Amino acid sequence: MNQPNSRPTSELLLRETASQTAGPYVHIGLALAAAGNPTRDEEIWNEMARPGAEGEHIEVVGTVIDGNGDLVRDAFIEAWQADANGEYQQEFDLEKPFNSFGRTATTFDHGSEWTLKTVKPGSVAHASGQVQAPHINLSIFARGINIHLQTRLYFEDEAKANAACPVLSRIESPTRRQTLIARREEVDGKVRYRLDIRLQGEGETVFFDF
Amino acid sequence: MEMQYNKRFVARDRNWHPPAYAPGYKTSVARSPQQALVSMQKPTASELSGPDFRHLRMGPHDNDLLLNFRQEQGQGLPQGERIIMFGRVVDQFGKPVPHTLVEMWQANAGGRYRHRNDNYLAPLDPNFGGVGRCLTDDQGWYRFRTIKPGPYPWPNDPNSWRPSHIHVSVMGPSISTRLITQMYFEGDPLIPLCPIVHTLKDPEAVETMIGRLDMARSKPMDCLAYRFDLVVRGELQTFFENQ
Repeated sequence: MNQPNSRPTSELLLRETASQTAGPYVHIGLALAAAGNPTRDEEIWNEMARPGAEGEHIEVVGTVIDGNGDLVRDAFIEAWQADANGEYQQEFDLEKPFNSFGRTATTFDHGSEWTLKTVKPGSVAHASGQVQAPHINLSIFARGINIHLQTRLYFEDEAKANAACPVLSRIESPTRRQTLIARREEVDGKVRYRLDIRLQGEGETVFFDF
Repeated sequence: MEMQYNKRFVARDRNWHPPAYAPGYKTSVARSPQQALVSMQKPTASELSGPDFRHLRMGPHDNDLLLNFRQEQGQGLPQGERIIMFGRVVDQFGKPVPHTLVEMWQANAGGRYRHRNDNYLAPLDPNFGGVGRCLTDDQGWYRFRTIKPGPYPWPNDPNSWRPSHIHVSVMGPSISTRLITQMYFEGDPLIPLCPIVHTLKDPEAVETMIGRLDMARSKPMDCLAYRFDLVVRGELQTFFENQ
């Protein structure tokens, strides 16, 4: 049974403004460079870590795939992650070497990949007292997505931490858990992690409600 | 460190928002998850924190679409009905959300976007980019100057038209409050015909997306004003014993 006031009744509250799809042209509004349009002096984009940032510098890449197995070329993605020490840098400032927030988009080019340049996040505390495995929160917006989808990216080479992560453990199916694990690749001596996001059907990515 | 995340947000009512699968809006059919969302019983710092953009430097005309894409300085203005779009960002308890990022994008007066994939026959306007952004002030107010976008046809049904609308993106205090919506214009007869509007089941939810004509804020011989308030999730100031 609910405690008194633990669930405020809707009568006491304003209703949240309803969500609508970001539509096919979200790139002109929030990913100006991906749209091929002129950018402004300061844009929020995918270089979350600059050369001076503390930690292991990595690239994170992926695609977004729909229920037909086709690439979603008009997706827009936001990333939110802790720094190498497991702390969230809430103050967004492009003059800092690292920002916890970044944006990326799939493209209309061959391959249609999104990319983030960042550092590997540290572990983040959980209210339970346990530690969450290193992860990046991702929000996915696109035409046909009526309210954005929220997921997490974990790292293949953190198997021990992943096994102990209280959030990852909430996903009952071990098969589905795998949909959040990015694969490690080394390309020209640089570490890269790949995660393809499947919106529907076989291998459908786990999406969260929070 | 954990202390600053001793907050929670009012749960998002997923019946109020449009469902992922809404077959009347055909693109949603192949882009909607079939599995249930995994609910996070106790959101963590990862969900309860979010970026604070008050140090993001705005350009002088970032919120003025009448001026921010002019081809030649001092010359040329976009075609169409000049409007002021303004409002307040508040949370579900009515508390203003200050210093948060509000972004918008839209079609021009003819109903065409400045996007390589938009090949609608209406012309591009050389003086209109269709993109703006601003931060709310310390009372949660935001403001843009722009032109009213035109309606346009789209291939959902043989004769589907989008009502005039402006896409609006707001961050709020956390990634949990993140929201993208669209502002429609009061009185537009295309609103009840639109398959995207119809993804919402509750007519009252549609009302939350209607910008209202505000003659008091209009500028005579210059701009009509539309007020569009945005409500983001409310923050519960509850403390939990294990935090």
